[in-house]
Amino acid sequence: MATLTVYGSPGTAVPTQGFWTRARKAGLAFVVIGVVAAAVFGPLAKRHGHARFTFTETITGAHLDIPAQPGAIAFGLLCALAGAALLVTARTARLLTLLTGLALIFLVLSFLCWQVASGHNSTVLPLGQLAQSTVKAALPLVFGALGGVLCERSGVINVAIEGQLLTGAFAGALFGTIFSSTWAGLIAAALGGVFISALLAVLAIRYLVDQVVLGVVLNLFALGFTGFVFTQLMAPHQDKYNFAPVFPTWQIPGLASIPILGPALFQGNLFLYLAIVLVIVVHVALFHTKWGLRTRAVGEHPTAADTVGIKVYWTRYRNVLLAGVIAGIGGAYLTIGDVGNFNNNQTNGTGFIALAALIFGRWSPVGATLAALLFGFSTALAQVLSVIGSPIPQEFLSMLPYAATIVAVAGLVGRVRAPAADGKPYLKG
Amino acid sequence: MVEPGEIHALLGENGAGKSTLMNVLYGLLQPDEGEILVDGEPKRFRGPGDAIDAGIGMVHQHFMLVPVFTVAENIMLGAESTRGGLLNRRSARQRVLEVSRQYGLPVDPDATVEDLPVGVQQRVEIVKALVRNVDLLILDEPTAVLTPQETDELLAVMRTLKAAGKSIVFITHKLKEVKAIADRITVVRRGRTVGTATPDASEDSLAAQMVGRTVKLRVDKQEAHPGEPVLTVGGLTVLDERGQVAVDGVDLEVRAGEVLGIAGVQGNGQTELIEAIMGLRPVQDGQIMLHAGRAGTGRDAGGRRAAAREGSLSLVGRRTRDILRAGVGYVPEDRSADGLVMEFSVAENLVLDRYDDPQYASGIALSPSAINRAARDRIAEFDVRTSSHLAPVGTLSGGNQQKVIVAREMSSPLRLLVAAQPTRGVDVGSTEFIHARVVRERDQGTGVLLVSSELDEVVALADRIAVMYRGKVLATLPADAPREQIGLLMAGVTDEPAPEKDT
Amino acid sequence: MTESGGGTSPDKDLAGETEPPGADASGVPAQRTPADKADKADKPAEPAESAEPTESTEPAETAEPAESAGPAGATGGAEPAGAAAEGVQGFGRTVLDSILSANTVTVTVLAVFIALVVGAILIVISDSNLTSEYGYFFSEPGTVLGDSWSVVGGAYANLFKGSVFDPATLSGAISGTNSWSQAFAPLSETLTYTAPLVFTGLAVALAFRGGLFNIGAQGQAILGAIGGALVGFELHLPYALHLIVALVGAALGGALWAFIAGALKARAGAHEVIVTIMLNNVATLFLTWLIVQKGVHDPTRSDAISKNVDKTARLPTIPGVDHSVVRVHLGIVLGVLVALGVAWLLQRSTIGFRLRAVGANPSAARTAGMSVGGAYILVMVLSGALAGLGGGMQVLGTTASSLTGQVTANIGFDGITVALLGRGKPWGVVASALLFGALHAGGNRMQSYSHVAIDLVVVLQAVIVIFIAAPALVKAIFRLRAARSGGTPTTLAKGW
Repeated sequence: MATLTVYGSPGTAVPTQGFWTRARKAGLAFVVIGVVAAAVFGPLAKRHGHARFTFTETITGAHLDIPAQPGAIAFGLLCALAGAALLVTARTARLLTLLTGLALIFLVLSFLCWQVASGHNSTVLPLGQLAQSTVKAALPLVFGALGGVLCERSGVINVAIEGQLLTGAFAGALFGTIFSSTWAGLIAAALGGVFISALLAVLAIRYLVDQVVLGVVLNLFALGFTGFVFTQLMAPHQDKYNFAPVFPTWQIPGLASIPILGPALFQGNLFLYLAIVLVIVVHVALFHTKWGLRTRAVGEHPTAADTVGIKVYWTRYRNVLLAGVIAGIGGAYLTIGDVGNFNNNQTNGTGFIALAALIFGRWSPVGATLAALLFGFSTALAQVLSVIGSPIPQEFLSMLPYAATIVAVAGLVGRVRAPAADGKPYLKG
Repeated sequence: MVEPGEIHALLGENGAGKSTLMNVLYGLLQPDEGEILVDGEPKRFRGPGDAIDAGIGMVHQHFMLVPVFTVAENIMLGAESTRGGLLNRRSARQRVLEVSRQYGLPVDPDATVEDLPVGVQQRVEIVKALVRNVDLLILDEPTAVLTPQETDELLAVMRTLKAAGKSIVFITHKLKEVKAIADRITVVRRGRTVGTATPDASEDSLAAQMVGRTVKLRVDKQEAHPGEPVLTVGGLTVLDERGQVAVDGVDLEVRAGEVLGIAGVQGNGQTELIEAIMGLRPVQDGQIMLHAGRAGTGRDAGGRRAAAREGSLSLVGRRTRDILRAGVGYVPEDRSADGLVMEFSVAENLVLDRYDDPQYASGIALSPSAINRAARDRIAEFDVRTSSHLAPVGTLSGGNQQKVIVAREMSSPLRLLVAAQPTRGVDVGSTEFIHARVVRERDQGTGVLLVSSELDEVVALADRIAVMYRGKVLATLPADAPREQIGLLMAGVTDEPAPEKDT
Repeated sequence: MTESGGGTSPDKDLAGETEPPGADASGVPAQRTPADKADKADKPAEPAESAEPTESTEPAETAEPAESAGPAGATGGAEPAGAAAEGVQGFGRTVLDSILSANTVTVTVLAVFIALVVGAILIVISDSNLTSEYGYFFSEPGTVLGDSWSVVGGAYANLFKGSVFDPATLSGAISGTNSWSQAFAPLSETLTYTAPLVFTGLAVALAFRGGLFNIGAQGQAILGAIGGALVGFELHLPYALHLIVALVGAALGGALWAFIAGALKARAGAHEVIVTIMLNNVATLFLTWLIVQKGVHDPTRSDAISKNVDKTARLPTIPGVDHSVVRVHLGIVLGVLVALGVAWLLQRSTIGFRLRAVGANPSAARTAGMSVGGAYILVMVLSGALAGLGGGMQVLGTTASSLTGQVTANIGFDGITVALLGRGKPWGVVASALLFGALHAGGNRMQSYSHVAIDLVVVLQAVIVIFIAAPALVKAIFRLRAARSGGTPTTLAKGW
C-alpha cells in the first residue's frame, strides 16, 4: 500500500500505542535527562561563580548574570518539569512541540550555566553572537535542504546535496575570480549545482539507477572533480583562480539592532535575505500553487498524476534541476558569501546534515529550515564554547551536530512519512 | 464499439487482457497495432491527456487518487483553476459539489482521501471523471472492493449516468453484475475477443466463453468431520498502522478438520486478524490459543510429528518463527510482498521458513543437495510449472508462484492452516488445484482458517462462515446460509443495531 | 522493487499474464509481434544472473549458460526444430553475443574506458600550459592536439608504471643495474593498497546483500584502526598471538561502531545512511581527540601521532626482499581468505540465507519467521567487523604503524565504490579492489612524475561506478545490443 510507506523497514513497523505514546516516552526521557542534568551540571558548576549572558554580539552591553550552580540545577529541574508536563498532559500535537521545545531550551540553559561559568578564557556568552553564528552555520543547510525538498517532493531522493553544494562553492570561487564578479560567481555556482542535478536527473529518471547509491557516487564525483581542479589549477595559482570577491553585508536599519535576533536575521549579505525569501516562496509554491500541487502529486502517486495528464518525467526533471540551482547557490555561500576562496572538500559533510534536516523537517520547507537552524545552533554552540574555553574537549563539542542528528533521526522524529513515491522510478504502463 | 448512452460490459477472467485493452484506450499504454476510433475518427492517444480531451474518463481498478490530498485537490489535479498564480480552491470545491449534486454522488470535498472508505473513494473517482465532462466512462473492475449493497448503489449510479447520455464500459469478471446492468457484452480471453452476447445469455454460457471450457463452479468435497478446536481466539483487539482499532474484540474458533471461512469486504480487519495470529502484528488485548486438536475422524491434527507436542500454546507475544514451528501454515494475502523472495530460486523459496531445519542444514551450513531434492519433489507433487527448481521464482506465472507458497506451507504436518486470499490473481487451473489441496489438508485433520474477499470462494470452500465488518465478527453462519444474509452482514446490517465504530 | 532496468520487467510481464492450464504453444497470445516474443523469451534469463545459485569467479562464465538456457526454457520446447538448428551454430554466436551485448564484463571494460576518457579531458583542461596553448588552437591544431596527447599519454603511462610494472626497472633488474625488488615494487604497491579495500569493499557488499547501505565503513575502519593499534601498543604479547589479538581488536572496534547503526535501524527505524554518515564524522573527531591523549600519544613526538604498534603485532611481509620498496604484507592473503569466507557465508550458510532473504524482501522474510531487526543488526556487526579489519590493515600492515588523523585515508568510502563495481559479490569485490588499488598505486606515481593530482583517481572511480550502475547508458553510448542488466547489486530502491 503506497499510502503506508513509513520511514523504516516493514520488519520494524510496530505502532507505538497504548499508554506509552510518543509524547509520554519523550516526557519520561526529559524527566530523567532533566534530573540527571541538575544532578551532574549542578555539582560540576559548584566552584564557579556566575555565568554572564549578553544580548549583543560582544561581551559588553545589556546582560544577565546567572549564578552557576543554582542556575544549572534550576534549569535542569525546569527541563524535568516540562518533561513531566508532557508525561501527564500532552495528547495534542501543539503541546507536544511546545513542551519539547521548552524542555530542550531548559536543558541547554542548564548545560550553559555550568559551561559558561567554568570557561577558561571568559565567563561571558554573547547571545547575539551565538544567534548570528547559528544562522550563518544554518544558511548552507537551509539552501541544501530546500533543494532536497524540491527534489524529493517530486519523488527523486537527493543524497547528492553534498555534491551540489560542493560544486556550487567551487564554481562560485573559480568563476567569481575569473570574472572578478560576485554575480558571475553566483550564476556559475547555480550552474554548477545544476550540473550535478542534471546527472542525478538523467541517471535516476531515465536510466533508473538506484537513487541513494547514485547520490553517494555523485558526491564522490564532485569531490574528485573539484579536488582535482583545485589541486591542479587553483592551489598553485591562488591569485588567478581562487581569490573571489565576496558579497557585501547589508544591514537593515532599525531591525538590525533588535537584541539577540537583530544581528542574526537583519545583518548579512545577499544569501541571508535570499534564504529567507526562498523559504517563504518554496512554502507557498509547494502548497498553494498549481505547480506545487502537481509536484506533490508526482511525488506521492505518479501514476495518478499521469492519468490526469500530468507529465511525470518532465515534472521530475524540472524539480531536480531547480534543486540544483538552489543547492548550488547555497554552496556559493561558503565561498563568495563568506571567505572568498575554495578549499578541497570545503563542504565537509554539510550536505549530509542538510539531508538530515530535510528528513527531520518532514519534507516541508519550514520544517527543514527549523531543523537546519537546530543543527546550526549546535555547531555555533560548539564554536562559542570552544572560544570561551570550555572544559569539554573541542572534538566532543564538534560532535554535537552529528550526535544531534543521530538522536533526531533515531528518536525524536519517530517514523516520519516520506513522499510515497520518493526514490521509486516511474515506469509507464 | 460503444454506442452513446450504452453500458457495454467487457467480461473476462483475471489476466485476460481487459485492463490492458482499456489502458491502451486511455492512452496509458501504446498500441503495437490497430487503431482506436472515436466518433468515427481514428485517434492516437499519446497520453491520458489526449484521451481526456477526446472525452474518455477512466476509473481504475487501483484508484488513481493521491492518498494525502483532499478530495477537492484530487479532483482539481491536472485541471487546476488558479487566481493570481495561486490555486483557486474555492472554485474547485464548488465544482465538486455541483457535479456531486447533479449525479447524486455525495462526497465531502475537504476530506482527506486516505481517511475515506473505498466505496467513497470510488465515488470520488467517478466525480473526478465527470468534472472533466467525459462522454465515455471506463470502469475497471469497480465492484471488486465493494459490499453487495455498495455494488447495488454503484449499479444505480451507472443507470443515472446512462440516463444522462454517458456511455460506460464496465470491465468485470462477475457474471451476475453483467447480467444485471449491461446492454451488450463482449467476452475476452487471453487478449482476444471470443464473442459478444446480450444480457439474456445464460450464466453458464457466459462462463464457458470466458474461461474457454466448462468450469466447475463448486469445489468437490466431502462432508467435514470437525473435531476439537485447534485455534481459539478470544476478545482479540489489534491496531492498524495508524493506531486505529482494526480488530475489535473478535472471538473465533477453528476446529480440527474444518474450514472456517472469513467473509467480508477487504479492509474490515481481516488482514490485521491473521497478522496478529501469525505474530506479525502486536496484540492489544485478548488471547490466541493453539491446541493439539483431534479431528472428528480420529486423526490427530498435524499428524504424528505434531502430536508429540501435546497441549495448548498461547500465540500472543510469540515470534512468528515459533508459531510456524508449532505447526501453523500461512499463505499470506500478498504473495509478491510477503510470500516470496522474487530473486530467490524456487528451491530457496520452498524452504524459506524451514531453511535451518536439521533436514536442510547442519549447524550453519546449508545442505543444497537436500534443499534441491526436496524442491524437485514439491515441484512434481504440486505441479509447479517452472523451467528449473533453480529458476528465480519471479519468472513464474502468478498461479505457479502461489503454488510454490502452498507447497511450502503444506510440506510439513500442520495443525492449522491460515490462508489469506489464496487464489487472488491466480488462473482457473491453479485455483482449482489450490482449492483441492486446501480441502485435502482439511480432510487430513488440519484446521483451516480461510480469508477471502471473494464471497464465492468462501462459500465454496468453507464449512462455517464468519462475517467480519469493521473489526468485529458479526455472526458465524453455516456454509449453506443464504447469500443475501451474508451480503447484508458484510455491509454491517444485522438484526441488532449496527456496531458503532469505537474511537 | 528489485534492481533497476530490465530486472523488474519479467515478473511484471508474467504477473499480468496467467499461465494457461495446458502450457502448450497457444499459450503465447497470438497477436503478439515476433519481436515482442523474442524479447519476452530473452527476459527470463536476466534474473538468473542476479540470483546466481553458484558463485563463480568469472561473471562471463555464468552469463553464457544462462543466456543459452534462457530461451529454451522459456519457450518450453515450442520450437524443437529451431532449437536443434541453433545448437550447431550456438557456441560461436554465444561468444560473439557476449562480447557485443552489454553484459557485465563488457560494461565494466567500457566503463573503465569512458572513465579514462573523462580523466583525459580533465587533465587537458586543468593543465595551465595546455590551456594557454588552446588560445591558438585554430592556427596550430596539430601542435595543440599533439601536446595534449603527450601530456595525457605521459600521465596514463605513469599510472600504469606505478601500478603494474615499469619496463625500465624490469630491464634494469635483468641487466643488474637495479634490484628485482624494484621491478616488483609497483605490483607490491598495488597489492598493499588493495588489501584494505578488499575488507572495506566486502563490508559494504555484505551490507548490500542484507539490504542495507553501509556508508559508515569509513567510521568503522577508523574504530578498527583504533582497536588494532590499541591492542598493538598497549598489550605486549608474543608473535602470532599478538597479531591475532590485534586483528580481533580491529574487528571488534568496527563491529561496535556498526552495531550502533544496526541497532538504531532495527529498533528505532533510523535510516542507516544518515546514521552511518554521522557516525563517520564522530569517529573522525574521536580519533583526533584520542591520539593526543596521554598513554596513546607518542611522548617523543610533538605532532599528533600515537605510539608505534609493537613488532609482534605487525602483519608479516615477504622475507628476503627490500622492505622499503616491496611493502606487500599478509593482509592481501587474509583478504582473499576472508572473501572466500564471505562467499561461503552468503551462499552456503543459514546465516547468509537469512541475510539475503531479508535483503531482498524484508516483509517476506518476516512472514517466513525471520527476525528482520535481528538480521539488520547481525549484518551490520559483520559488515563493521570487516571494515574494522580494513582499518586494522592500515596500522598493522606497512602503510602506517601508528595512529594519525589520516591513518585510514579514504578506504571506507572507496569500499563503497569497490562494492558497487564488484556488484556486491565477494569475488567481484576482490577484482574491483585490485583495480582501485592499482589506480591508487599508479596515481601516486602519476602525481609525482606527471604532476597530475591523485584526486583524478577519485574521479575515475566515480565515473566507472556511475556507468556500472547505469548499464543502459553504456549500451546507449556504444550502441550495444540489448542484454541483461548488470545493475547495482541488490534491492536498494526502497525509498526512505
